[in-house]
Amino acid sequence: MERTTMDLWVGIFAVAGAAALFGLALKVGNLTSSSVGETYTVTAAFENIGGLKPRAPVKSAGVVVGRVDNIQFDSKTFEANVTLKVDKRYPFPKDTFANIYTAGLLGEQYVGLEAGGDEQSLKDGDKISHTQDAVVLEKMISQFLYNKASEGDDSKKAE
Amino acid sequence: MLKRLAEMLRGMGHRIIDRVWRLGSGARFFLYTLIYSGESFRRIHLTIREIYFTGVMSLLIILVSAFFVGMVLALQGYNTLQKYGSSEAIGVLVALSLVRELGPVVTALLFAGRAGTAITAEIGLMKTTEQLSAMEMMAVSPIARVVAPRFWAGVVSMPLLAALFSMVGVLGGYLVAVPVIGVDNGAFWSQMQASVDFQADVVNGVIKSIVFGVACTMIALFEGFDAPPTAEGVSRATTRTVVNSSLAVLGLDFILTSFMIVT
Repeated sequence: MERTTMDLWVGIFAVAGAAALFGLALKVGNLTSSSVGETYTVTAAFENIGGLKPRAPVKSAGVVVGRVDNIQFDSKTFEANVTLKVDKRYPFPKDTFANIYTAGLLGEQYVGLEAGGDEQSLKDGDKISHTQDAVVLEKMISQFLYNKASEGDDSKKAE
Repeated sequence: MLKRLAEMLRGMGHRIIDRVWRLGSGARFFLYTLIYSGESFRRIHLTIREIYFTGVMSLLIILVSAFFVGMVLALQGYNTLQKYGSSEAIGVLVALSLVRELGPVVTALLFAGRAGTAITAEIGLMKTTEQLSAMEMMAVSPIARVVAPRFWAGVVSMPLLAALFSMVGVLGGYLVAVPVIGVDNGAFWSQMQASVDFQADVVNGVIKSIVFGVACTMIALFEGFDAPPTAEGVSRATTRTVVNSSLAVLGLDFILTSFMIVT
């Protein structure tokens, strides 16, 4: 079959389209950063997870070390069970702290891991027992107002 | 009075039945196209030729409009975002709106106008000049020879065009945001990468564009094949192609989006 310039153009078109798809996947999308290698799973129970969502990053010292895999409500303890997938390359000690932080004032929430001092490290399926809940802005404000109000009472009494 | 009312009802019923009839024959036409696809794949050069006419020839309009759409998105987005002090999020805005919505939808609308009308007019004229009947006389199925290659060409071209549209749009947005407005280059790309998900955004956009490709090409082919064999009939069929394709694309877009955003 003879080759024509038309075939060439169709070939160029197909290659350009495929390249654009790759560009979207790699440059625009998060295919490169989300492909964490082998992971191990740990769980952590929080009383309040705020706005944490599955696939949110798990960070330690600001570096992404894993992702939130799954969030479920435990109706026995009335807590949220959060499953974290952490990269196998980063072992954490058994007494690691898991906190829920917010990126920026109104940004998305993520799980921050702070290493403890235990000799043994977390294994697949382990549970992180030291957790700190998400900061709920309303709670903080109401606490602040409450403190302010009681301060005012005190100063009145002192007079 | 009663007579006129009856006349009106009859007219309305006639129109509705006509629509349903056309829908049914359109579905049958679609089925035939799929059945005869195997036969047309054996002569792949026909499909490649049609990819040239529908895909490659549409490149110019698609790329130029993508570039401008991206630039406008960046300008408009910046205007609003800077009020909230988060002008770095402009990359996210441009990329998400292009990949999820504007890429597939605008490409499909342009595709219907550029390639769909050409298909309808061509097939309508083939029918008017009795080329299709001549093929049938020679025991060549016009669906295998004329319709199926155009159908597959459209289905292949649409996702490629939509991907190019999104990519060029992002580049256009980049050109306005980073060198012109002065948003930080690193923040532009890193925020974009942090919030555009491959599965949820890019793949869903591709799925959308494939569905739009099927819808647009099928409507164009059917309108052409079904056109009355007169000059007026062909011109009306061409108009209907644009109107119906656009409506189908926008309607399907709502349905697909509502399926995709469940979380």
